[in-house]
Amino acid sequence: MNWKATIGLEVHVQLKTKSKMFSGSAASFGAEPNSQASIIDLGFPGTLPVLNKTAVDMAIKFGLAVDATVAHESIFARKNYFYPDLPKGYQISQHSHPIVQNGYLDIVLNDGTSKKIGITRAHLEEDSGKSLHEDFHGKTGIDLNRAGMPLLEIVSEPDIASAEEAVAYLKTLHTLVQQLDICTGNMQEGAFRCDVNISVRPKHQKEFGTRTETKNLNSFRFIERTINYEIERQTNILKNGGTVIQQTLLFDVAKNETRPLRAKEEATDYRYFPEPDLLPLKITHEMIQKISTQIPELPKEKRERFAKDYKLNNYIANLLANNQDMSSYFETVAKKIDPTLAANWIFGELSAALNKAELSIRQSPVSATELTRLLARIEDGTISGKIAKTIFERLWSGDGTTDEIIEKQGLKQVTDGNAIEKIIDQVLQDNPDELAAYRAGKDRLFGFFVGQVMQLSKGKANPQQVNDLLKKKLS
Amino acid sequence: MHTKTLLALSDALQHKKISSVELTQHFLDRIKKFDPLLNAFITITERTALEEARKADERISKNKTSPLTGIPIAHKDIFCTAGIKTSCGSKMLDNFVSPYDATCVQKLKNTGMVLLGKTNMDEFAMGSSNENSYYGPVKNPWDLDKVPGGSSGGSCAAVAARIAPIATGTDTGGSIRQPAALSGVTGLKPTYGRVSRFGMIAFASSLDQAGVIAKTAEDVAVLLNDFAGFDPNDSTSADNPVPDFTASLNKSISGLHIGLPKECFNEQLDAQMADKIYAAAKEFEKQGAILHDIDLPMMRAGMPAYYVVAPAEAASNLARYDGVRFGHRCDNPKNLEDLYARSRSEGFGDEVKHRIFTGTYVLSSTHYNAYYIKAQQIRTLIRRDYEAAFKNIDVILTPTSPTTAFSIGSRMKDRIQMYLSDIFTVTVNLAGLPGISIPAGFLNDLPVGVQLIGNYFEESTLLNVAHRYQQATDWHLKIPEKFRGE
Repeated sequence: MNWKATIGLEVHVQLKTKSKMFSGSAASFGAEPNSQASIIDLGFPGTLPVLNKTAVDMAIKFGLAVDATVAHESIFARKNYFYPDLPKGYQISQHSHPIVQNGYLDIVLNDGTSKKIGITRAHLEEDSGKSLHEDFHGKTGIDLNRAGMPLLEIVSEPDIASAEEAVAYLKTLHTLVQQLDICTGNMQEGAFRCDVNISVRPKHQKEFGTRTETKNLNSFRFIERTINYEIERQTNILKNGGTVIQQTLLFDVAKNETRPLRAKEEATDYRYFPEPDLLPLKITHEMIQKISTQIPELPKEKRERFAKDYKLNNYIANLLANNQDMSSYFETVAKKIDPTLAANWIFGELSAALNKAELSIRQSPVSATELTRLLARIEDGTISGKIAKTIFERLWSGDGTTDEIIEKQGLKQVTDGNAIEKIIDQVLQDNPDELAAYRAGKDRLFGFFVGQVMQLSKGKANPQQVNDLLKKKLS
Repeated sequence: MHTKTLLALSDALQHKKISSVELTQHFLDRIKKFDPLLNAFITITERTALEEARKADERISKNKTSPLTGIPIAHKDIFCTAGIKTSCGSKMLDNFVSPYDATCVQKLKNTGMVLLGKTNMDEFAMGSSNENSYYGPVKNPWDLDKVPGGSSGGSCAAVAARIAPIATGTDTGGSIRQPAALSGVTGLKPTYGRVSRFGMIAFASSLDQAGVIAKTAEDVAVLLNDFAGFDPNDSTSADNPVPDFTASLNKSISGLHIGLPKECFNEQLDAQMADKIYAAAKEFEKQGAILHDIDLPMMRAGMPAYYVVAPAEAASNLARYDGVRFGHRCDNPKNLEDLYARSRSEGFGDEVKHRIFTGTYVLSSTHYNAYYIKAQQIRTLIRRDYEAAFKNIDVILTPTSPTTAFSIGSRMKDRIQMYLSDIFTVTVNLAGLPGISIPAGFLNDLPVGVQLIGNYFEESTLLNVAHRYQQATDWHLKIPEKFRGE
């Protein structure tokens, strides 16, 4: 039997506001425990929430960016449960009427194909605090700095079928929220974290299988490993005629496996009801209009523009569109240079060098302007592509500008036909046996002669001219 | 001195016929003398009161005053007061000293009012008799064997016994109006959103409203001028202009349309009580008001809807009392569950627990539609009933409570009987309207209250009508015998 996995993702995006969701407390990361927790965050008797308007604007911005409906009226609800790091005994969230409804995100897979992933909803909510189980001699410490931090929970449709798709979706989303300037994207700090719902079913079966939920993953690598592990685990259970238990899991990084979060899963009834301390959130057409003017070029739009204007293939266009720094580097170069040549160099020589040195493109020793100069010399025939690679290495180590290096090292390409002919004659003279063999029909030796000519010219002979002249001489 | 109205006291203070320190001391002395009979106060803030009085006197000497400067007040122990125990009538918060002032407390503080202390109340404002207090029941000044009503029983008893010139209260289903009626004082519940809820410990957020308990409607108006108003810290507070509530007190009520709901004046209402209420209506008629019989058909569904909505919100609002950050914590918890279970079992009283259970039940996913949603629908219908009525009339008149004060202990075993005490008041909260209870005579030496209900933000109209009544009657000036002396 063939098996099919269905994956749904819930991403918690911490919004980049100055203050918390419902209080004026600062929303910065890494402060002393409980130093950013006001009486409101602590849930003191008599305190009330006041909605952070910037968080609302950010949610609207996101809604518009994923072609979703921004609800003209959305409702905050209380999600009731007891936990020591949840000060009020309920979390203010949105339940039946979220602010963002029915959007989608286009993702591009490694083979260059696109897929549309539905976004069921995105809602505003407050974060809980943190329980700290270490360092308290068997007791639990509570840090409420995070309590009340503003979150946008983005829920995907179960449109995702593999770890590759899931990661592509998350990376696209991760770039998007940063480009919209609504999230730092810092995954180590938990500003972008993900719950993964996975189920497996026989390929022909219509109904979804029983799902498990793995909570709080904050690295693309762990998410990929979790999904692959969990699909395999569930498939094996089903193959052996077993049943998957609906449960909440956590991913054990060290053991590379998922395991149940709680020994016994109790059915939680969150007793949602409309938050009586907050009025329904009304969003006017004017507010939406105003925010729509603040949206920068989105990755999707950029990808389409790159594919169209620069004639790049979908895969390359998508890679660039989802990397702000790379795409601006590319655009600087592609303004003056053939875009395909530019893209080949950026994803070839440059990326390889950056990876090797563990640098980001922003830290590149070869600036976009310098690479433009280098590639311009290829285009005007001053140097060959091969020589350009040598010059690139020099540029990387800071040996001067392109033209200085060409000048100093005498790397200028030989395009004088007579000079090249002389070299060819020399080569033919030096290799009489090969010449005879070639004439006898061993065509493959043509490449040998090209190589010899290039070697003798120290790589400077114009390859095209070498080809043309050699053909003439040998014919 | 303790019989004087707020404006009379204010006048005496401004003209330096008396100092705030003297006035404050006078009430502190009365509290010391009479409160042991009543148990109206949970906390008496003698030291800070005298300090505040001295500051008020300074202000008066510099002529930097408002009509409230130097006048003592008592706050219901549901309002957070910085540095002072704020218990909400519960063992759960017996050790809780609020780090901040409620907005409305702060506003009165800013005028230079003097805080005498915090008044007794039903635990978390859940009750109609003040018997559900961790600090023991409050006695009715008219008959010490009777309840003063609740939940603002301490505030009402204190004003009735003239041991505080004025007091604050809160009203979720009748908690200002019902004890005002049973204790023979004037009590106003303003429109929902009129007074900030920030710093007022929540019982049922969509129903809770802070209000005023005083000897006269005029006193209520004077205080409300500084008590009401929009608060950016309370998202449900109304950004409506606050009028001078004293400006229209004396306006003629000739031509005013008063509606008497048939649903309140049926065969179930005690005949003697009905007579008293009709007599009050007649007084308005005498002054030129026009009486109408009106229909409020959904009123009958008010009580059940209230006892779904209020416990639902309460169950959620009271979840924060978990023994983790503040309030009562059990000794030596074995684990987290034990910490929760024992802290809450020990910290909450029976009525509170009962309502938490009810609220949890009606919000559970399997019962949510049958109870919570249905109750919200009833609530909408009740509001529509009132809206329809206010198209043709200006004020609705009802008994405040079906009976006068009942004996302590007499209804503690019969929850329904207890709840029915609020049958005429709960729908006003469900609709979010303003309502006032004013003294309208006595039945067997116990006070009777009449309730006036106004349209949204029409507190001025209610206070005008109440004031006109009090100009023509003297029920509100009666003082219970035991408390007449100095």
